[in-house]
Amino acid sequence: MRPLNVHTDPGRIRNFCIIAHIDHGKSTLADRMLEVTGLVEGRNMRAQYLDKMDIERERGITIKAQNVRLPWTTDGLDYVLHLIDTPGHVDFSYEVSRSLAACEGAILLVDAAQGIEAQTLANLYLALENDLHIIPVLNKIDLPAAQPEKYAAELAHIIGCDPAEVLRVSAKTGEGVRHLLDEVVRQVPHPTGDPDAPPRALIFDSVYDQYRGVITYVRVVDGRLTTRDRCLMMSTGAAHETLEVGVAAPEPTPRPSLGVGEVGYVIPGVKEVRQARVGDTMTSASKPAKEPLGGYRHPKPMVYSGLYPIDGSDYPVLRDALDKLQLNDAALIYEPESSVALGFGFRCGFLGLLHMEIVRERLEREFDLALISTAPNVVYRVVLEDGGEITVTNPADWPAAKIGQIYEPVVDAMVLLPTDYVGSVMELCQQRRGTLKGMDYLSADRVELKYVLPLAEIIFDFFDQLKSRTRGYASLDYEPAGEQESQLVKVDILLQGEPVDAFSAIVHKDKAYAYGTAMASKLRELIPRQQFEVPIQAAIGSRVIARENIRAIRKDVLAKCYGGDITRKRKLLEKQKEGKRRMKMVGRVEVPQEAFIAALQTTPKTD
Amino acid sequence: MRPFGVYVHVPFCASRCGYCDFNTYTASELGGGGSRAEYADTVAREIRYARASFGEHAPVAQTVFFGGGTPTLLPASDLVRILDVVREHFGLADEAEVTTEANPESVDEKSLQTLRDGGFNRISFGMQSARPHVLAVLDRQHTPGRAAEAVAMARAAGFEHVNVDLIYGTPGETDDDWRASLHAAIATGVDHVSAYSLIVEDGTRLAARIKRGELPRPDDDVAADRYVIADETLSAAGFEWYEVSNWARDGAARSRHNLLYWTDADWWGFGPGAHSHLDGVRWWNVKHPRAYAQRLAGVELPVDGREEPSELDRALERVMLGLRLRDGLPVGALSAAGRAQATAAVAEGLLDEAAYADGRCVLTLSGRLLADALVRRLTD
Repeated sequence: MRPLNVHTDPGRIRNFCIIAHIDHGKSTLADRMLEVTGLVEGRNMRAQYLDKMDIERERGITIKAQNVRLPWTTDGLDYVLHLIDTPGHVDFSYEVSRSLAACEGAILLVDAAQGIEAQTLANLYLALENDLHIIPVLNKIDLPAAQPEKYAAELAHIIGCDPAEVLRVSAKTGEGVRHLLDEVVRQVPHPTGDPDAPPRALIFDSVYDQYRGVITYVRVVDGRLTTRDRCLMMSTGAAHETLEVGVAAPEPTPRPSLGVGEVGYVIPGVKEVRQARVGDTMTSASKPAKEPLGGYRHPKPMVYSGLYPIDGSDYPVLRDALDKLQLNDAALIYEPESSVALGFGFRCGFLGLLHMEIVRERLEREFDLALISTAPNVVYRVVLEDGGEITVTNPADWPAAKIGQIYEPVVDAMVLLPTDYVGSVMELCQQRRGTLKGMDYLSADRVELKYVLPLAEIIFDFFDQLKSRTRGYASLDYEPAGEQESQLVKVDILLQGEPVDAFSAIVHKDKAYAYGTAMASKLRELIPRQQFEVPIQAAIGSRVIARENIRAIRKDVLAKCYGGDITRKRKLLEKQKEGKRRMKMVGRVEVPQEAFIAALQTTPKTD
Repeated sequence: MRPFGVYVHVPFCASRCGYCDFNTYTASELGGGGSRAEYADTVAREIRYARASFGEHAPVAQTVFFGGGTPTLLPASDLVRILDVVREHFGLADEAEVTTEANPESVDEKSLQTLRDGGFNRISFGMQSARPHVLAVLDRQHTPGRAAEAVAMARAAGFEHVNVDLIYGTPGETDDDWRASLHAAIATGVDHVSAYSLIVEDGTRLAARIKRGELPRPDDDVAADRYVIADETLSAAGFEWYEVSNWARDGAARSRHNLLYWTDADWWGFGPGAHSHLDGVRWWNVKHPRAYAQRLAGVELPVDGREEPSELDRALERVMLGLRLRDGLPVGALSAAGRAQATAAVAEGLLDEAAYADGRCVLTLSGRLLADALVRRLTD
């Protein structure tokens, strides 16, 4: 019989997470933990049980955190272990920080054949800031290429422990996993809190379920959450019915309440995740806490891009799809915009490039949409000469004149790489207007480079360049680091003197010429000849910096004998006319939509 | 009553030229009644069934045109026999124009005399070029001088009108090659020249060779230059354009049969894949000679498909075809929007100003080069 309202003794609870790089085996280890604790039997085991979304499964990466409650017995005593899974990508570092805040300890999981990667290091620093106890673990010790001695030394150097304290497991075979769980019990501090205080629980994840509405995952700090009380979100002040409280074991299992230190879920009867945001503090409406838990931050888009349906009649489908995605994605924002070149679409704000890619992929996959996105841009703060200030999220809104200072967002970037490639990577960072902040040898052949880089330079093919210059060996992590004043200009592309909005870009003044030349020559290839000469210009304001010409077409007549097959001739003409209808008019110039798409799809070469 | 013409398609060639995508076959034995030897009988059957479908009154043919393929690959007596069947069942108007296409190498004095005596009075030779290297790229079998010989023989046999077809823009052809071909054509003494730009059609051997990089792709600017050269050279020699791709010495030398196609007249096309038009209805025959013969053996017309173009389609066709003619398109055939475009086209130098003032849209030289673009504008 299940005991009612008897909470687990906080002394028997351990809340922990796993910090690891993509492919270093975090999900496999989580799967193995479910198995050895008897929660999921081997035959019911879907590989990577905890990753639920298709995209996650296909790419083998975790985007949204999931959590699970594991029963474990050590030294004859029963414990409850809460494994809180963390997202693994920089775009979601805020969500990572909230997941970490729900834990007392972290397993630092590193591939014994590859060593630590930049993202892992960044998350490790985040965990140390949150005062988490770190258990260093090398995974994949069964691999022939594993170098446990080398990487144990590296880990020990980074966290300042003895190499002998680094545990060794194989998530694949299960070797060392039971011992690791015992060590979690021994090393990770148990949660503490005031059971009699008004309830305070940290929302560390919030997901939309089409049947149940929003499901929040919480860690109770003080008091207890029960279905008898309405819950209150402290950032919004809104109270909601508490429809259900429970734990993930690993399937959702209802409980009458959750007590101090416990991790579980609450269904607050709301429809959108923005009504129950990650990082917010949940309390009771009848007995509300006075102070929220610290650390709440409203998610702020860092990258903007226009999303347009390739088939203009799909616009309503795209709007509905974005509405639906937003139910489950509190960070996604969008508003309608229109473009001469691309028709009607939406200006969307994202946390970062991966977030953008995921949203686009979900729109295309789940809603069967064919989309074109404009080149992504960051958010600029422009101070005008008269002291006014505007925020620019779209090159179209760039002020025409009287600009005082321009500020662009910068990031603290960390690159981990083999020493052989240091020169090449420093050259890349230099080209991308980076400022070197530090260099640290993790071991004889691995270096950590620290740079301050403009975010705008990273959202163009930086990562691809980094990978190709280091044969895939470099890893990158970055976090927002404020803004810097920069000499930026807006480059417009004009066809016959008419600006083409989709191609306008904000670039550094030293790169304006390269961008303009590349775009103009690309368009010259893509735009069909017209009855008149069409100049293509790249301009900063009224100053033309690059120019190309599309010569006038001289022959557009079918000089061939089709005899009495008039039907064929007419069909050919109708096809041509249909093609013409699909042309977008830029002034008098007819441009096929395919030309816009082709020009936007490849990253402009600016160096 | 609208003028009526007869077209007879002969779907055979000695070999297929690399650029050709017409409905033609090189095997002499296609079987099932589709073979060359039985062809005249098979077509005669279609002509009889066609005549029967008219009931009591059938139109008299103002023009008859044998095209291909290579009609002269059939014995001249077969062509004459087919013409006799047309004469018997439909009747030929006095002064009817009776044309056959021919390859220069597929005729001799005797066959030409047989054709002339059998009632043919116009012949059209596929000369294409006077340059051996151009003929080689086109896979043509004749030598450069052969076309002139053939024209001379046709004149000697008594043909009143002789045409040569030329092709420009072949990979490897220069402006001077083209001028030489034009001068050679003029020197044969023909009274009509058709000049077509080489079109690279998908699926042809030529398209494959260009794709493989063996030959350069024809360039539109070059084709424009060649067209201008053709118009200048032919005009200087006393020819006058009367359709975008056709020049004639005088009104009598124009191809009356082709003009039927371009002026919304009626015609019946016999043979595999041939197209017909009667009183607003278009239809076309099955393409393969064997399927064609089998349908006729089953005592039915070998029709493959038909359409009744809507009034909108017909208006489009009228502009599409009429605008290509020297006689031009009546301004009244255009919509209000089309007339506004036409006025703009006059200002752009695409339509002749004086003719437009007289109520007709007539292309200028630069207008002829952009005729399709103008048709699209006028019919928007």
